[in-house]
Order: sequence, then structure tokens, then C-alpha cells
Amino acid sequence: MYNSIVLVKQVPDTSNISGQVMKEDGTVNRAKLPAIFNYEDRVALELALQVKDRFGGTITVVTMGPPRASDVLRECLFMGANNAYLITDRKFAGADTLATSFVLAEAIKRIGNYDFVFAGRQAIDGDTAQVGPQTAEKLGIPQITYAEAILDVRDRTARVRRKIEGGYEILDATLPVLLTVVKDAVTPRPVSAKRLMAYKGAKSLLELEKLVEGNSLLYIDKLVHEYQGRSLYIPTLTADDLQIDLARCGIKGSPTKVYQVDSVVLGGAGPTRIENTGAGISSLIDDLLEDKILG
Amino acid sequence: MANFFVDNPDIEFHFKRCDLKEVVSQIEGGYTQSRDYPYAPVNYEDAMENYRRVLEVIGDLAANNISPRAASVDIDGATLLNGKVEYAAGTRDNLRELGQADLHGMILPRAYGGLHFPFTIYMMAVECISRADASLMNIFGLQDIGETIHKFGSQDQRNEFLPKFCTGEYTGAMALTEPDAGSDLQAVKLHAYQNDRGQWFLRGVKRFITNGNAEVLLVLARSEPGTRDGRGLSLFVCHGDATVKVRRIEHKLGIHGSPTCELQFNDTPAQLVGSRKFGLIKYVLDLMYRARMGVSAQSLGISQAAFEEALKYARARRQFGRPISEIPVVSNMLIEMRVMLEANRSLFYSAAKCVDDKEMLEFAIERLKEEKKPFGDENVRLKELTKVANILTPLTKYILSEAANKITYDALQIHGGTGYMKEFRVERLTRDARITNIYEGTSQLQIVAASGGVINDVLGEFFAGMERKDRRGSLTTLSNHLKEIRVLFLESLRYVLDKKDDAFQDVAARDLVDLYGYLYIGYLLLEEAEQEPRKVFIANRYIVNALASARKNAEGIRSETFGDLLHAEEILLTKK
Repeated sequence: MYNSIVLVKQVPDTSNISGQVMKEDGTVNRAKLPAIFNYEDRVALELALQVKDRFGGTITVVTMGPPRASDVLRECLFMGANNAYLITDRKFAGADTLATSFVLAEAIKRIGNYDFVFAGRQAIDGDTAQVGPQTAEKLGIPQITYAEAILDVRDRTARVRRKIEGGYEILDATLPVLLTVVKDAVTPRPVSAKRLMAYKGAKSLLELEKLVEGNSLLYIDKLVHEYQGRSLYIPTLTADDLQIDLARCGIKGSPTKVYQVDSVVLGGAGPTRIENTGAGISSLIDDLLEDKILG
Repeated sequence: MANFFVDNPDIEFHFKRCDLKEVVSQIEGGYTQSRDYPYAPVNYEDAMENYRRVLEVIGDLAANNISPRAASVDIDGATLLNGKVEYAAGTRDNLRELGQADLHGMILPRAYGGLHFPFTIYMMAVECISRADASLMNIFGLQDIGETIHKFGSQDQRNEFLPKFCTGEYTGAMALTEPDAGSDLQAVKLHAYQNDRGQWFLRGVKRFITNGNAEVLLVLARSEPGTRDGRGLSLFVCHGDATVKVRRIEHKLGIHGSPTCELQFNDTPAQLVGSRKFGLIKYVLDLMYRARMGVSAQSLGISQAAFEEALKYARARRQFGRPISEIPVVSNMLIEMRVMLEANRSLFYSAAKCVDDKEMLEFAIERLKEEKKPFGDENVRLKELTKVANILTPLTKYILSEAANKITYDALQIHGGTGYMKEFRVERLTRDARITNIYEGTSQLQIVAASGGVINDVLGEFFAGMERKDRRGSLTTLSNHLKEIRVLFLESLRYVLDKKDDAFQDVAARDLVDLYGYLYIGYLLLEEAEQEPRKVFIANRYIVNALASARKNAEGIRSETFGDLLHAEEILLTKK
């Protein structure tokens, strides 16, 4: 039995970017884009589900984001996750990868009892691929990035195949370990109809608070209790809940400043033909030396 | 992201419109199952929400997983290697994912692992799946085999077979057809015999068996030696074990993903389903309601896919300086296809609802019998509904499968020369459509099946009620057209009956069934037009066109177009 925590993120659907979506300063107007489940995180969840199918254990998914990010958590429950946590607080807004990984690591410590932490390689909105590795650093556990497959888990060691340029390598790591997963590792399973029907009403604390706001007959504590009883409660963790150093959270804890975003179109000059003769090859070597590719 | 349920406003229109309150409350028996099954609904609204959400999952799988694999499934096809049938790789992926999504037991009860959805909702799923890959319907759409075991099998048989149908470990096949028993199932010969301990065995050959490699087979066999007709046939269930040999699989024009098998039963151990001698006359006939609807759903799915392809191509293809969709002749073809598609969908979901209502009453009566309560009222209603289902299911199969051929034909035509090439999806759709008006009963047989009710004017009261309704604005004209079609139908019927000539009546049946179809669909569309302004266009085009066709049908009968049947041999140059 191995327990997994999976880090997931709701991201703007950048495959549908149209003219109105880009702001003049080059940033993305998120409100104009549909929010989707970051695909590589879905792959990470599938890998976790396969560990669960093979060895047993539980899966807890965690996301940090605005209240509507609980959509992604519900989707995880439909696919087979056992528990879900929403980490949300205005104080977490504007976080770069440093601040994000700090909060995630604190939340993981709070949840505890895990053998694996899975994360997608990167999210399609930031493309940094830093949050997974930074989280592992802060947890003080080994990490294997670009994981493709878990070949075996024996005692307290996982054997993992990771993708490298032009091939792969196989690594052993002691548990607990954090893996970031590449998109072609496995194909995520579809949601289960039965789980969808069972968990469609799952709600986070914030969503329950919204219900209470509009109805004076409802009391939040009772409602939370009722949802917990039906396994439909998505616990919410805020800065207060985690009792963490606010200077390391959100925009305050984020040294990264975006200076400028440019749309760069890479152009090529077309193919060059090199004759397979001594003269042709020596001219190619000269060109490469001149471009500082060799030497 | 593409989704074959969400991106099809017409299917959603029918979803919103269908009133399944009675059916669902019967299925859910007072909505108490949520105590044992967290996925059971707590009330009707919750049930509808469940159905919608699950159809969205199916629409997503259909559009993004199944449809992209359809071309490779068509090219690879199912194969037979060393006596074992292998599905195409894409088919295997499709079945695995449908299993992961818990969709193999949509209509079976939860006690066996099913979702226990109404038949209508299952049909919406089959439509979406067929639009993605028609050949997958021949496996996914066979869930009513489990339903037949559930309805007529023993409790032991239910426990033995149904849970594995629901997980997808078992697929099913209906082994009815034989080399000499196709349309004429009364001629089935496959031999069923018992040893002295009462164990049944099957021996003989079945042909053209869809998914004949299945783990579980329902087999129609002759259990009463010396008999020659349908009353000597019983229904059996058996495992597709080593005694069932797949002798060959057919090389077909279309639906390549679906293995069509010739089976040899070599003393295969089998279990009797229900009672002896009721195999054809009760169980197969019951199964046929759902099987016809399955093929109708397949036809509708193919039609939808073909229409989408035609529209997409016509808008992208430019000739004479504009997209060809703007050329009146082409846009007229597109409108014709669209109207046919929507008219067919209205007929289809009306028939599906009728099957749902009928099955609901059957279960209600079973329950009342068990509780030793009176069921007279239910029985009267069931008899009426059975008559209607006996018309609507063959009518739907006939109209939708013929339309699938017409729509794919026109869709290919709109593609021009390009459509004739293998690279375009419409080529596959055209081939896949061609089987729909042949299997599960040819169109000619569907007409025979429907014509009994048509000649007895079973829907007469329904039409009379519709005629009495006040219609607003332009719908009055359409209502008058339908009244005229009704007159043409009654005159034609009278003409045929007065003639007292069986051969003439058999051939005229097609015109009569056509006329009946115009009336039924016409009124469905008129009702929809009352509620939804856009549907006025659909109703208008359909009914105006139906009136013109009806005049032709009626004229054909009155002028005895086929009065020359007597001279067939001379005309066909076959007279000696």
C-alpha cells in the first residue's frame, strides 16, 4: 500500500487564445479564457491511480488556486482520487514558483502520510517546470523529474523510468519521492460515470459558505458536517489554517517580476545542402566554428 | 473541446423535452436506492442531472477518443488468427475506456453493477457513439443482450452473466441467423438436445453473427425435434468456450471494426432461457424492439456525422469565387439533409420513449403480480402501448436506415470527386450506412412488421386528436396539409383493402407505411414547432415536402403502378 499526493492545477485553455485574450502588456486576460485541467497533471493523476490499482493505497489531490479551482478537484474525484484539498487565500495570489512551492510544501506537510508526490511536468500557463522540483526541495525528499513510468516499488524504493533527450534512464529513489510526469507517460482514464454521479455534489468550504449566504435557514457548521457525512466535503486550507510565514506567500514572497512578454516567431532560412566530399565537410566545420557551435 | 452530446443542440433539445418522470420513478422505485448506492439519484431532477452529466462524458469520449480512432479501426478491422478473433487496436482502446467509465451496463440494475438508466438515455449514448464510430455500436449497442437475460433468465443466470457484462469482461452476441434462416427465422435448424441429466447442448452452424466471438451468446435453436416452424424454437445462453468455433469472419463493405462471424457449435453446453418453445415467438420478438432501435441509433449517428462532414466541406470548399455552401443547389441539399436528420431524431426519441413506457409497464405488472395485486388497468395500457411500439420500432428502423443511406449519399456528392477518395471520412460513412437497412431485418421486412398496425390504423385516434388542436399562425397551413395527407392515406387504404389482392397489398404496404410515417413525424414536428420557433422551419420543409410525396404515394396506388406484377416473368425475360 502506497499513499500518493497529486498536485494539480486549473489553467486557462491556451489552445483557444484569440485576439481579445491578450492584454496590451502582453499578459493573458484569464477571465476571457475557459479554465481547464492542466493536462500533464491529469497524466500525473493517472500514474498515481495506476500505483493505487497495483499496490493499493489512497490518493489525495491538492490544488492551490481561486475558489473555482474546485472544479478540477471534483474531476479528480470522478477519476478515482479519494480525497481533495483546496488551498485558497487572497494572501496567496500573485505567487511565483517560489511562493507557490512554499505553500504547497506546507500543505503537504500538513496532510502528511504519503509515499509519493506526483505533479505534472509543468503547467501550460507558466511553462516553468519549477514548482515540482522546488516543492521536493522544501520537503527535503528526492525528486525524479520527467518521469514516464513506475517500473516497480519494493519495500521503500521506487524504480522509475525518466525521459531524457534521445532516450531514457532508470533511477531508484527511496520513498517518499516526488515525481514530475511527462505528458506521454500514460493516457489518463476517462471519468467514471458512477463516481461522477456519486461526487457531483462535492463542495468546498467556500462553495458551502456561498449556499449559506443566500439562505438564512442554513448554518455552515451543520452543512459542513452533513457534507462530511456523505463524503462530499472538499476541505479548504487557508493561510490561517496552515499558520505560515506570510512574507513567503503570494506576491510578497515572489521575487520573480515579469519584465516583458514578447511574441517570438522562430524562422529558419531553409535547408542547406552539404556535399558528401572532403571539401563539403570542411566547409561545414568552418561554418559551425564561425557560429560558435563548435570550438 | 469537442463533445458529441454538448455540441449537438438537437439531441439536447430532445433531452430537455423528454418526459421520463414515470419511467424513472418506476426504475428507481421511490428513490430509495441512494442508501445503498451513492450514485443513485435522490429524485427525478437529480436523475436527469445524472443522465445529462453522464451523456456529457460519453460525448467527450466519442468526440475526442473514439472518433479519432475510427479511421484506423476501419483500416485494421477485426481479424481472425488461429481461430481467435482480434478486435482492431482502436476498438480495444475504445472498449477499455468505456469500461473505465462504467458504461458497459447502462440499462442493467445496480445490483449487478449497472447504471440502471432508462432506455431513451441509453439510446442517446448509442447515437453519440455511432456518430464517432458506427462499428463500435455493434459491441457497445448490444447491452440489450444483458437486458434479455435480466428479463427472461433465471436468478442464477442473472448472477452468472450480468455483473461481468457491466464491467465489460463479457461482451454479448445474438446468434439467430443461419445459412438458410435469414429473414425467415422460423427456419432455424441449429439443434438443441438434452442428455439424461437434463443438461442442454447445442450443435450446428450460425452465420453472419455480429460479435460472434463474444464471451456470452444468446442462441436461437430447435429444441423440439420434428417441428419446422417458430414454435419449435427455444432461446439458450452459453459461454463462447472452446466448443464454439469461429470458422470465418466476413470481409465486409463497411463496419470493419465489428467482427461478423460464422460459428460452429460442437456440443456446446447451454442453459435454457425462460420456457421452451418461446424462443422466437416471445424472447426474440422482445429483443427485436431494442435491437431495431439500436440500429436506428446507429443510422442516426452515421447521418449526423455525414451531415457534419458535408457542411464542413461545403463551407471550406471554394468554387466560382465563393464557398460552395452558398451555391443554392448545394445549400438546398444541406437543408434537405438537416431537415431529414431532425425529423428522424424526433421519430427516434418518440419511439425510444414508447419502448421505455412499454418496459416500465411490463415491470410494473410483474411487480403487481408478485404482490398479488390487481393489474387490469396497467394491462389495458400495456396492450395499447405494445400496438404502438409494434408500429413505431419497425417504422423508425425503416425510415432512419434508409435516410442514413440517402444522407451519406448526398454528403459524398457534396464532396464531389474528393468524397470518392479513401482519405475523406464521408467515404467510410457511406460504406458503414449501407448495412443499416439490411441487418436486424431489412427495410422490406420492417414494412411488413409495421404494416399490420398501419392497416388497422392503430394511431388513428392520435391523429384525430392532433387534427382537433388549434394551431397558431403559419402552423395552421401545415396542420391542413397533414389533414390532407390523412385523407390521402385513408383513401389509399380503402383502395388497397377493397381490392382484396394479397400480392397487391404486400407491395402497396410500402406506400401506406410511408404515408403513415409522414403523418406521425409531421405531427411530432408540428408539436415541436409550437414550442421552439426554429423548428417551424423544420416542420415547414418536412410537411410541405411530405404532402408532395404523399400525393405521389396515393397516386401510385390508385393508378396501380405495380399492377404488372402478374407479368413479372415476361418483363424480366425469365419466361420459358
